[in-house]
Amino acid sequence: MSKRITIDPITRIEGHLRIDCEVDGGKVKKAWASGQMWRGVEQILIGRDPRDAWAITQRICGVCTTVHAIASVRAVENALDLEIPVNAQYIRNIIILAHAVHDHIVHFYHLSALDWVDVTSALKGNPVKTAQLAESLSTWKGNSRHEFAQVKERLAGFVGTGQLGIFTNGYWGHPAMKLPPDVNLLAVAHYLQALEIQRKANKIVSILGSKTPHIQNVAVGGVANPIATDSQSVLTIERLMAVKGWIDELADFVKNVYVVDVAAIGAFYADWLGYGKGITNYLSVPDIPLDGKGTKFALPGGHVPNGDPAKFKAISRFGDPFFEDNVAESAKHAWYKSGKGALHPYKGETNPQYTDFQDDGKYSWVKSPTFQGQPAQVGPLARVLAMVGAGHQPTIKTLNFVLDTAGAIAKTKIPVAALHSTIGRHAARAVSCAVQVDELANQWQLLVGNIGRGDTKTFNNPVFPKGEISGVGFHEAPRGVLSHWVVINNGKIVNYQAVVPTTWNAAPRNEKDEPGPYEASLLDNPVADSERPLEVLRTVHSFDPCLACAVHMVDADGRDAIKVTTNGCGTNLCA
Amino acid sequence: MSSTRAQLPQHTVLLGVGNLLLSDEGLGVRALELLERSYDFPPGVELIDGGTCGMELLEPLTSVDLLIMLDVIHANRAPGDLVILRGDEVPARLRHKLSPHQVGLSDVLATLVLTDEAPQQVIVIGIEPENLALGMALSPKVAARLPEMVSVTLLELERAGIHARSRRTPTPANRQLAPQPS
Repeated sequence: MSKRITIDPITRIEGHLRIDCEVDGGKVKKAWASGQMWRGVEQILIGRDPRDAWAITQRICGVCTTVHAIASVRAVENALDLEIPVNAQYIRNIIILAHAVHDHIVHFYHLSALDWVDVTSALKGNPVKTAQLAESLSTWKGNSRHEFAQVKERLAGFVGTGQLGIFTNGYWGHPAMKLPPDVNLLAVAHYLQALEIQRKANKIVSILGSKTPHIQNVAVGGVANPIATDSQSVLTIERLMAVKGWIDELADFVKNVYVVDVAAIGAFYADWLGYGKGITNYLSVPDIPLDGKGTKFALPGGHVPNGDPAKFKAISRFGDPFFEDNVAESAKHAWYKSGKGALHPYKGETNPQYTDFQDDGKYSWVKSPTFQGQPAQVGPLARVLAMVGAGHQPTIKTLNFVLDTAGAIAKTKIPVAALHSTIGRHAARAVSCAVQVDELANQWQLLVGNIGRGDTKTFNNPVFPKGEISGVGFHEAPRGVLSHWVVINNGKIVNYQAVVPTTWNAAPRNEKDEPGPYEASLLDNPVADSERPLEVLRTVHSFDPCLACAVHMVDADGRDAIKVTTNGCGTNLCA
Repeated sequence: MSSTRAQLPQHTVLLGVGNLLLSDEGLGVRALELLERSYDFPPGVELIDGGTCGMELLEPLTSVDLLIMLDVIHANRAPGDLVILRGDEVPARLRHKLSPHQVGLSDVLATLVLTDEAPQQVIVIGIEPENLALGMALSPKVAARLPEMVSVTLLELERAGIHARSRRTPTPANRQLAPQPS
């Protein structure tokens, strides 16, 4: 008999995502992803000055403030056909990349590793053997037996207090936890080291963004960072040198710890290369523009149909019609008025029509976006496959390293095609992070070089014409393609739509009733114990869900939704 | 006198949290804006607009002696009631979400316990909300109590031996985050 599982909320932080699964014979047979909060922030922007939109859209979400600021100014600049100074691109690029590196490290170690790592088992780890294993994989300075012994002692003290704090809701001792105690100890030690290292990425964002967590330096037309080589209050050489120091520390950690850990943990869970495939129509956008107009990019992006990098088709510039013309959103299964088919974002409507949760009708506050009429998976995996397809050598090199390292530990050859999986998304995120941290160093070099040549320009003043203009700003955010769409009339916003990464991935069924990426990825996912559906969480968490921006508002009846239930047995669960 | 002086917090953070786009949910940030515009604070006091952020706050909240959080508080009171939580009331409250963003903030505080860098003292000052609908302005009932919330915050600082000085001319409000389009 099939059993229905409802997990709500599913995210460790933020987020208001509900997943429903029908489980039969220990496998998921049907799945629904539902955003539980209304999305309507766009309406706040109507009537406002387009130069202010970035400051407001940055408030949509607490996890990804900067990405909305960036996409917003790009949308308005695209509408104005406004070129910005190249220094402004470099400064934005450094913020974008530091934020991405921060986000990926935190996602892997602090928000999803505990789906795979058993903290309580780490207490049985042997620090000497853990150090031997770690040293065989990497030269990282934090891999000594002394370090592991200290971590074990600290963890024992923490667990001994009886209050697990941040570790309270883990699935400790679950049958799907497969790592040996030494590997668990290794991972817990790196969890703690990652807490320390992620702060360096934050420092970079706050120095260049003038403030954190909400950056203040962005402006339509460039950035508000005055550059001077001799003044204290502005971007000085001293500050830039400090930034370089943190970039180097981040690069050391990402390449010698994060990438290696993902390969090692992935190797122990090689069976998970066979689960979580779902939608293999991938979409990413190019980012890290190298000129003022956005026609050349350091990191390529585009469309990878059928999961085949050989079929990659590039999106080549800001406002490229290949992107702009091919996006639409359907509200057929979302709690908005529908019936006009999938609408282009410039024509997008956000008028609520709440029903109940209807399996075959409306069941989510998330709309269902499509690219060329088809659902698309976005995120690091889409990004990495596109960069492989584009022949981006740093990506290919890092990807080969991860596949070879994991293959050596698992004693099998792991092909690129294995990336279409739950573990594959984690591997791709690590590869992406390593590529991005190197590009961060490149962008720093470009900025310093340009300032050295005497160019200190950072801003071009925007001028709004009479009449109607429209534009799209896209950004390859940590969770994937983010696009803001703006229509401006006589210098005021008349329509605004944000199509965010989690909207693509957490989409409900679309106009043609096809499932979205989360829903498709869960089919045939194993569930050993339907009262503790850890395996479902593994697959959904591998996308790095962040519903706070896919949907943003209080839920329909104004209550907090903290119910986690398994229908059929009546037991409460905690995600 | 010297003994009280020795206990002065070295590092105090006033943290305004909440979502500016959801009416009263933005209360903490609005209160912080008002404090920032109207008062000068001595060194060692940091004002942070935390918005709805989570892990990004780990760095600024590390090893804080006194953390005063400004936030909307659901305490089953009448809308507009001023609520102050201190001591043991704080963690218990944070476990039950006061508002959506605090899922992230409670994780930050739990992480700081793990790394042994948690704030020594946490006080939450807020108001029971009236309206959490889409919008950037506070509801009339909550807006009416905002000056009092600011005064209570200043009193809490006084109790800790920290004197904020009123500015003769407040700095202008941030146009970009103004409640209504200009």
